Amino acid sequence: MIHNLIQRAQQRAATLWALIAPPTIWALHFLFCYIYAAVRCAKGGPLQSLSDVRVGIAIATVVALLLVGISGFVAWAQTQLEGDPPPHQESTYEDQHRFLATSKLLLAGLSFVAIVYTAIPAFMFADCR
Amino acid sequence: MASSPPAIPDQNDPAVRAAQEDRLRAVWAAPRGLFFKWTDTNNNAVGIWYTVTAFGMMLFAGVLALIMRAQLAIPNNDLVSASTYNQLFTLHGSMMMFLFAVPIFEAVSVLLLPQLLGARDLPFPRLSAFGYWSFLIGGVFVAGSIFFGAAPDGGWFMYPPLSTEPALAGIGADIWMLGLTFIEVSSIAAAVELIVGVLKCRPPGMRLNLMPLYAWYILVVAVMILFAFPPLIAGDLLFELERLLDWPFFDASRGGDPILWQHLFWIFGHPEVYIIFLPSIAIIAMVVPTFARRHLLGYPWIVLAAVGTGFLSFGLWVHHMFAVGLPRISIGFFSAASEAVAIPTGVQIFVFIATIWAGSMIWSTPMLYAAGALVVFVIGGLTGVMVANAPFDWQAHDTYFVVAHLHYVLIGGMLFPLFAGLYYYWPLVTGKKLSDRLGHIAFWPMFVGVHLAFFPMHISGLMGMPRRVYTYPAGLGISTLNLLSTIGAFLFAAGVAAIVIDLLLSPRRPRVPRNVWNAGTLEWLAVPKTQDEDWGVRSIPLIESRYPLWDQPDFVRKVDEGRFYLPDAEEGKRELMITTVLDAKPLQIARIGGPSVVPMLAAVTLGGVFILTTFHLYWPALASGVAALGVILWWLATGTGIHPEKAEKPAGLGLTLPLYSSGPNSSGWWAMFITMIGDATAFFSLIFSYFYYWTIHPQFPPNPGPGLAGPGPFWSMVALALILAGWALTIAAREANARGRVALARLALLIGAAATSAGTVASLLGPWSSGLDPKLHVYPAIVWLLAMWVAAHAAIGVIMQIFTLGCSLAGRMTPAYDGDVRNIAVYHHFLALTAVVTFVVIGFFPGLT
Repeated sequence: MIHNLIQRAQQRAATLWALIAPPTIWALHFLFCYIYAAVRCAKGGPLQSLSDVRVGIAIATVVALLLVGISGFVAWAQTQLEGDPPPHQESTYEDQHRFLATSKLLLAGLSFVAIVYTAIPAFMFADCR
Repeated sequence: MASSPPAIPDQNDPAVRAAQEDRLRAVWAAPRGLFFKWTDTNNNAVGIWYTVTAFGMMLFAGVLALIMRAQLAIPNNDLVSASTYNQLFTLHGSMMMFLFAVPIFEAVSVLLLPQLLGARDLPFPRLSAFGYWSFLIGGVFVAGSIFFGAAPDGGWFMYPPLSTEPALAGIGADIWMLGLTFIEVSSIAAAVELIVGVLKCRPPGMRLNLMPLYAWYILVVAVMILFAFPPLIAGDLLFELERLLDWPFFDASRGGDPILWQHLFWIFGHPEVYIIFLPSIAIIAMVVPTFARRHLLGYPWIVLAAVGTGFLSFGLWVHHMFAVGLPRISIGFFSAASEAVAIPTGVQIFVFIATIWAGSMIWSTPMLYAAGALVVFVIGGLTGVMVANAPFDWQAHDTYFVVAHLHYVLIGGMLFPLFAGLYYYWPLVTGKKLSDRLGHIAFWPMFVGVHLAFFPMHISGLMGMPRRVYTYPAGLGISTLNLLSTIGAFLFAAGVAAIVIDLLLSPRRPRVPRNVWNAGTLEWLAVPKTQDEDWGVRSIPLIESRYPLWDQPDFVRKVDEGRFYLPDAEEGKRELMITTVLDAKPLQIARIGGPSVVPMLAAVTLGGVFILTTFHLYWPALASGVAALGVILWWLATGTGIHPEKAEKPAGLGLTLPLYSSGPNSSGWWAMFITMIGDATAFFSLIFSYFYYWTIHPQFPPNPGPGLAGPGPFWSMVALALILAGWALTIAAREANARGRVALARLALLIGAAATSAGTVASLLGPWSSGLDPKLHVYPAIVWLLAMWVAAHAAIGVIMQIFTLGCSLAGRMTPAYDGDVRNIAVYHHFLALTAVVTFVVIGFFPGLT
């Protein structure tokens, strides 16, 4: 099954839109966390409890990390295609594909870390003070 | 793409080549004459004017800083008054950011990007010229205000209520808002130009994985501009409506909130730091491989750094607002992102170090500045990580510690790399090398001066010295530190003066050979002007490597002998090659505009709108606006959508390409699409403002009283239906025209224009009929503004529909040449989106709360 998944991932096109998918997921997760907490605090005042916000952020974080993980997995699978070692600096479709996959894998790593960073404050603060 | 007919020119024949060169020279010749030489649009000319003007702005703003440092040299000094001092620091910051840092990146990109891509020019040279003239007019207007004691004095971020209250802030605040908004518009024009340039004008074979790193950085930065500048433009709009018409967007006594301005400003302001940092670091990415004599290590890591920084930099804006009193959890999110952005920022530094390590380093003046840049920037980066921690920031906020931090970041991250680029690229542009001796003589005072000026500020800041004070009493223990800072600032200035002297001596120096540094990237194909050869490259090369001058055999000779694409200008037209976004496959030969007075006229008339409004001369401003509209329509009618005399032509190497394309294949369609993304960002900033007001009020909208009742669903839905009808008819016109049903297309455009016109009126009838009074409270003000935003956009949509109808009637738009209707359809898609969001929000949201 894993083998099957890797093959399917390898057949996906590598585009600029795919490249920016991981940081876009970070951006959506970030906005969700910030807006959810900010609206709750603006409406509830400083003593507002954040317990539901924390649950919401926990769910959003798991979903975002999963999505970035999938994105990173696809990119990793594409970098594992045989027959063309780095550096990918020829003017061929294969090199362009491997290059975009490598860059996307790196971005997925960065986005994963940044999403974890964003989630940390939600587990530090219990109310809106 | 059919194979070409047999008449292939013989590039082995010197006579053939000479004739081709004569034709190219004639086509790309610069206009002459005292006035007409300023109508040039070629990137070589406009790029140089742009760079020189921005450099001049830097020197001017630098002198302002020296006056400030002289004032602060000793305690209780009275060199300048408090009021003058306020103007000095406001103008210093505003000019360095808006009139130097951003424009110089645009200037350098206009100058270099076509060379880096082996292109003859950028896709919209007249737009570059328009951007330059806008910058010059707006820049002189803002900078000149200090000579009349009328400069803005509220700090470069212009916080209300200090700056919105007419009794506290004079006309300077309007000069800031309107003058700089005008320049922001020109920055968005530059962003459109550069994105289309990077994505569509690369030479054949230059796939994404072969793009010069400079182009990667520029692509990221231009996209960032599209998302960063529009929120500030929206904020400027709110700000000026409050100052000029008393609409209370930031007035807490009538439901407004000054904190909203801080959000809108810093959503712009923080990405802005990276918008000026990334293009400068991009120069280092070009300099380092040349002197390390090897390919840059870790190319994908640089792409990670550029794209990652571009994204993360939008999650940092609240770290400028840590001391405002926001909930700590909000602060925590932004603190986390501020720490995270250090990762991609650091990655590129390590890439440069690794490349230097792995290569065989040649020490040179550009490398000296690049190395200095890394040292200074790393110190600024480390204090950045410190102030990203909210508890530390609460101590350091608004003190000289922050002044020290930001100057280390900007001088190390922007100014020094730029000087590295100056020494590196000067021979490319002028054919002369700058002096290595003077370069070193300039470097050391600057390098020592930076530390002497700004390092003590960390300490004076931690001792409690606040920013923006025009003097301080003796005996606080900060006198010596301030004196050291002043000495450092003047030492730094001495270094800059040495560079200026070096530049001035340059014309007297001997010419150097082409590609004097023996670099590997395409821009070094350029032959510095010996005669009037503004054609860029002799022929547009087929690219097979990241460093073609190093790796592709006989590359320069083949380019020079016209053995690649477009070696000729048989029809006497300026031509560019348009290629596909990912793999740079040739799509089209595009004809671009030549010298014209139109860009200058458009900038003058549009500038008139902003400048006359500053002085409350509304009727002349309106007249100037009508003139601007006329000039722009004239520009569109005479300079775009021109039918080529034949459908296709041979492009060289046996390839035949069409001369016309429309829709997503064409550069014009992309320009419209990208512009509208920026426009949509501004619109969503206004929607953000609406909901921001909802969050801060216990009840929003307020209880309906006189002047406070919302527009209600009826007129909102009427307006929405009309605008959507206009949108659907525009699409119908596009489809009918494509199928040869020209009469039907014209009818659809006509009825569509009527529907959209009626939608314009209906948009305003909602708030008008319910008697909303925008001066009473922020709710009526924001509803009016949203309705007016849609109405203004719908009115522009009507002008486009009528213009396209005229094009069809004049025979310019036909089923084969349908770029006009395809481009305005993109506009109407965005108009429809704007209308749906606006009318659902203002029509139904009040009913939900």
